[in-house]
Amino acid sequence: MDDRTEDDSSLAVALFPTCVVDGFRPEAGVAAVRVLRRLGCAVEVPDTTCCGQPAWNAGQVDAAAKVARTTLDALTASDAELVVVPAGSCATMMTVFWPELFDLAGDDDGAEAARALVPRVREFSVAVDGLTPEVALANEAGERVAYHRSCHMLRELRIVTEPERLLARAGVTPVPTGAEGRCCGFGGLFSVKLPEVSTAMADDVLDEVVAVGADEVVGCDASCLMHLEARSNERRLGLRFEHLAEVLERVATT
Amino acid sequence: MSGTQPIELVPKLRARTAAAVADRRLGRSLAAATDTFVGRKAAAYGHLADVEAVGDEARGIRARILARLPELLEQLANNVMAAGGHVHWAGDAADANAYIVELAKARGVDAVVKSKSMVTEETALNDALEAAGCTVTETDLGEWIIQVAHETPSHIIVPAIHKDRRQVAETLSRVADGDLSDVPEELAAFARTRLRQRFLEAGMGISGVNFGVAETGSLVLVTNEGNGRLVTSVPPIHVAVMGMERVVATVADLDVLLALLPRAATGQAITTYVSMITGPRRPPEPDGPEELHLVLLDNGRSDILGTEFTEMLACIRCGACLNACPVYRQVGGHAYGWVYSGPMGAVLTPLLNHSDAAQEVAQASSLCGACWDACPVGIPLQDMLLGLRRRNAEASTTRVERMAWAAWAATWSRPGRYRASLRGASRGFRLMGSPAHAPGHVDRWSLGRTLPVPGKRSFRDLWKDGIL
Repeated sequence: MDDRTEDDSSLAVALFPTCVVDGFRPEAGVAAVRVLRRLGCAVEVPDTTCCGQPAWNAGQVDAAAKVARTTLDALTASDAELVVVPAGSCATMMTVFWPELFDLAGDDDGAEAARALVPRVREFSVAVDGLTPEVALANEAGERVAYHRSCHMLRELRIVTEPERLLARAGVTPVPTGAEGRCCGFGGLFSVKLPEVSTAMADDVLDEVVAVGADEVVGCDASCLMHLEARSNERRLGLRFEHLAEVLERVATT
Repeated sequence: MSGTQPIELVPKLRARTAAAVADRRLGRSLAAATDTFVGRKAAAYGHLADVEAVGDEARGIRARILARLPELLEQLANNVMAAGGHVHWAGDAADANAYIVELAKARGVDAVVKSKSMVTEETALNDALEAAGCTVTETDLGEWIIQVAHETPSHIIVPAIHKDRRQVAETLSRVADGDLSDVPEELAAFARTRLRQRFLEAGMGISGVNFGVAETGSLVLVTNEGNGRLVTSVPPIHVAVMGMERVVATVADLDVLLALLPRAATGQAITTYVSMITGPRRPPEPDGPEELHLVLLDNGRSDILGTEFTEMLACIRCGACLNACPVYRQVGGHAYGWVYSGPMGAVLTPLLNHSDAAQEVAQASSLCGACWDACPVGIPLQDMLLGLRRRNAEASTTRVERMAWAAWAATWSRPGRYRASLRGASRGFRLMGSPAHAPGHVDRWSLGRTLPVPGKRSFRDLWKDGIL
């Protein structure tokens, strides 16, 4: 399935939806496709599964490499110019850890293919920000949202300005909270290995969001948002959670 | 490993952390204290001309030192001896403790004063000295508080960080004639009066070492309370215990690291006292001990050297990673189960302690990387934790877990099976509703969190059907 037609000058983009968006937040994937198309991209979705991060974080090199290789091969087979990933954490796994993962697993071909793929990989906000240097995205929406800086995006990819700039251009000014850059407590299996700590960490972030009177949390990682939302719902905080792609898509069409 | 502070085996990590999370008073103390330290550190770093350049320089210095550690330790030992000191190379904790206990016995010492030293917590030196009939008094205020409370430090810089001022007053009241107020100045005054007598009575003073300078044989101590000076100068014998990675090559190295250590630790440009001790008292000096003994402790450190964890030996024990860590912020130091806590403790505990219980501590992190950002010498602590988890994954104790991952990989490495598994999850959820008694770790997620609802149809199914 491919958006491109013959003699098409649009930018070819392969979307790696990630397993979390695929299974738990399909709306974010749908929104990402629509936003990218609106910006003139021809979107394809190769037959990927997961980046392997859950196993990698658990120290399970072989399992991580086996799953990651499937996704790597699917993306390598695509000749799209960019590989867009609507998750800072998965983008980190691919660009920072994949080469090391395949090296450790003794998969030389995988390591080589991963290194070749890295320059094509873009986290969603960076891709969109790069595609729309001057175009205002949308109208004034006047929402009071808090932007959650997810850890891998902030500290491994050092992506700070793009998401907030996009939100601002979409008419959404994020409200700073007292928990800027603080982990949501998800950490993959950490959330079930030490559930009490994980939940307390989510509270630490949510309490600050509530304290500044925000009614929505926006982020670039569906996994962090899923964790915060699960805790927020349990506490009946009435907060909404959206992936940046969903905000951009929604605001731009209103 | 006799002589080393034992790691708590029971309860397990999860139970320890859960109990800490349930202690709301602890949480308040930790949040207030760590926020303060993080804020002070940021302010102190703000005064540096080029934070990144200094950090790079410090990291480079530590790396160059580790690359020639044995040689620098020889040089340090030779220069300490040339200045009139004695040097003992201790292979492990028991060795270090035995040397110090024997020395105390040989000199007829029955009262010892100590300034704050995490390495002697590691070796459980106080227990060894007390077993030999010595009274030991910790003279750092925080250390004294926890000694009186019969506890262990919960932070490498701020040992009593887990106690609020009311708890400190209650603790110290146990050794006072009456109830003490919780006014910090009054508590400090009480401690000063009490401890002053101990300095004068002591036959031996024991300190740690922040840095040992190889080219001069100087032992550097950074302190704020002045007790370090008294411990190292009033009693006739000074014993300095130093982890072998704490050596620096030159005074120029020291210049860079001393600019960062207090800033990272307490947000100070410099500590109230910076002592450089080079040998014991020499005539005609009026002050200082008659004997100086340096105990250089290995205790598993040389096993780390040359491995993928070598960089952990660059740690200068500032505690910045503890203050920055969102896990430490929730649970404090005791939940880690051993002497060192926070991210550096989650790495060091499994490296220095070989028990299964110690290996579990590498799980006490969400891998958020705040520690890496906070570290003045740029140690990638989250990468070290990943390395430790890889090591654990190969151990025989984790066979069942390994099999579960293999099953997962067999499914998710095939796009068809992967899609089927997502459909199964979605359907299962819709058939059974919230599966509070579902298998796996779902029950653990459900403690305090609603279950995420899988999409009715996965993104990929929507895409394949051409709905987009």
